[in-house]
Amino acid sequence: MSGVRLCVLGIALAVAWAGSQLSAQARDELVVQGSKLFRQCQSCHQVGPKARHAVGPYLNNIFGRRAGTLEGFRYSDAMEQAGQGGLVWDEGALSRFIADPSGVVKGTRMKFRGLKVEADRKALVAFIRQHSPGPANIPETPPTAPVHASAGDPDLPEHILSIAGDPAYGEYLSSECVTCHQASGEDKGIPSITGWPVRRFVTVLHAYRSKHRENPVMRSVAASLTDEEIASLAVYFETLE
Amino acid sequence: MGITRRGFAKGTAAIAGAGLLTGMGRAAYGQARPKVVVIGGGAGGATTARYLAKDSKGAIDVTLIEPTKAYYTCFFSNLYLGGFRSLESIGHTYDKLASDFGVNVVHDWAVGIDRDAKTVSLAGGGTVPYDKLVVAPGIDLIYDSVPGYSLEAASLMPHAWKAGTQTALLKNKIAAMREGGTFAMVAPPNPYRCPPGPYERISMVAHLLKTSNPTAKLVVIDPKEAFSKQALFMEGWEKHYPGMVEWLPASIHGGIESVNPETGEIVTGLDTIKADVANVIPAQKAGRIAEAAGLTNENGFCAIEPATLQSKVDPNIHVIGDACIAGDMPKSAFSANSQAKVAAMAIRADLTGSSKFPPRFSNTCWSLIATDDGVKVGARYEAGEDKIASVDSFISQTGEDAALRKTTYEESVGWYEGITADMFG
Repeated sequence: MSGVRLCVLGIALAVAWAGSQLSAQARDELVVQGSKLFRQCQSCHQVGPKARHAVGPYLNNIFGRRAGTLEGFRYSDAMEQAGQGGLVWDEGALSRFIADPSGVVKGTRMKFRGLKVEADRKALVAFIRQHSPGPANIPETPPTAPVHASAGDPDLPEHILSIAGDPAYGEYLSSECVTCHQASGEDKGIPSITGWPVRRFVTVLHAYRSKHRENPVMRSVAASLTDEEIASLAVYFETLE
Repeated sequence: MGITRRGFAKGTAAIAGAGLLTGMGRAAYGQARPKVVVIGGGAGGATTARYLAKDSKGAIDVTLIEPTKAYYTCFFSNLYLGGFRSLESIGHTYDKLASDFGVNVVHDWAVGIDRDAKTVSLAGGGTVPYDKLVVAPGIDLIYDSVPGYSLEAASLMPHAWKAGTQTALLKNKIAAMREGGTFAMVAPPNPYRCPPGPYERISMVAHLLKTSNPTAKLVVIDPKEAFSKQALFMEGWEKHYPGMVEWLPASIHGGIESVNPETGEIVTGLDTIKADVANVIPAQKAGRIAEAAGLTNENGFCAIEPATLQSKVDPNIHVIGDACIAGDMPKSAFSANSQAKVAAMAIRADLTGSSKFPPRFSNTCWSLIATDDGVKVGARYEAGEDKIASVDSFISQTGEDAALRKTTYEESVGWYEGITADMFG
């Protein structure tokens, strides 16, 4: 890859990166905003280390929990039935419920007119989210930042297969691969990825990215890579014997 | 074996370069090579040292300070307890970092950091100057977080949360346990090193006892209400070790009040449990050198800039691995290894003007539940302004077929070979 091309790629990456920084900042602002909105919930619901059941159940650890299942709180039959019917409190379910409690769970005892503005609901949910375990302690808890859409096609068009990768950039990116894959080409437990023809390497990574291949680690890795990054990895690993 | 030749060639060049610069470099060119000191030779520190030395091709003088000559990985130490690995197989030396990559490996304790003078003082005397410092000391245990527990008590109730002699001690105690005895674990509160680790350990000890002592019981006294991979572990315990394992969350036992290392008793709000073998894993904080240097906050860990792992307190210091607050990233070897590469790139760019690409972070944690029954959880992360945030994640599912679980275990064995090569060369 020429110096100009690498530079363009670098700018594109820098822009993408700046975008994700903003999203984190926006998330933190949301939490602050949500803590203010929570004041209208406080007469019934508690959060934090000293939270107890009150008129409503406490809201610690609510994320990922089936509705109506907290011990020590007497739920309405409607809420228990909703839980048995599969209602689990994720971000979407909580937001829908906060928008219109008696519309979502007919017969709930929660008397709240509903928060109609979507941005407010987002903020309130983001605040309540802080009182459930985060991924640092329970890694499988839902992601805290938006997932980037990925695209891909197992029958790759020629213009993707023929992208000229940059081996130097590929070497940098490869540092992540060699946490698992042996740079020496050993293939015990985890397949060797050295010395593959570029087009095969590109095809396989795109197949993970488009979820045509199964392994979730590789799906996750591939989802984070652009077409140019895949090409750069391919050309780098081809040079390793 | 292309990379081996490459690595050898680079190492040779680095050593030759070092000789040139120490011999005549400073006088001839009027400037020394920039110095980076890395404290701690685990997944974070060893990886940082190796990548700095490897990628700077001798342009940076890298010193690694690590007290132990043989490093035992915490990851896979549970597999040693379960009889799937020998202790030797999880031991590693720093020989290749020195011979192939030109890292100055100093086996000593770092006992102080003078941030103004930019020096690290060593227990054995002497100081080491730095331009940039990487602090990767891992965790220290807060012994008195469990009343009655102490450093001395760790010989009677091993924590085994740092691998090596403690792990061997715990294994010996399990082997010597009376028939039908009780193995009791006091699990740690969040945040701690390796979220699924205590529960993998329970699986491994149950695996061992199922054959050698099938009427034995295992009890987990947990200060938490939930833990990582909970559904997967509980399904596995029911399937492989029915009736052997009991997990008690705080809402059941009412809190851990104290332990008595002499009698093996663990007193909870509900009951006193008499353990034949007690495994007490107390609360944790950043390694004490981080605290001594004033890098920790009120919670005992180090705040960092997400994109570079620079300390919020001192931009000349990068804190990586278990000692730092890495946002959504769990305290795992995989996380530390991932953070190390980002920190190494940032440091190299600052010191030598090399390219600085956007940081990339990921994690996968594998756990073994029984023979050929492996599960995993993982995620990718992005550096935001205030934290490293998770953007995508996956986890093994309950009810998976045996062939997939076997593949997952084999994958973890492959990963072990991969990451240890990535750390130690």
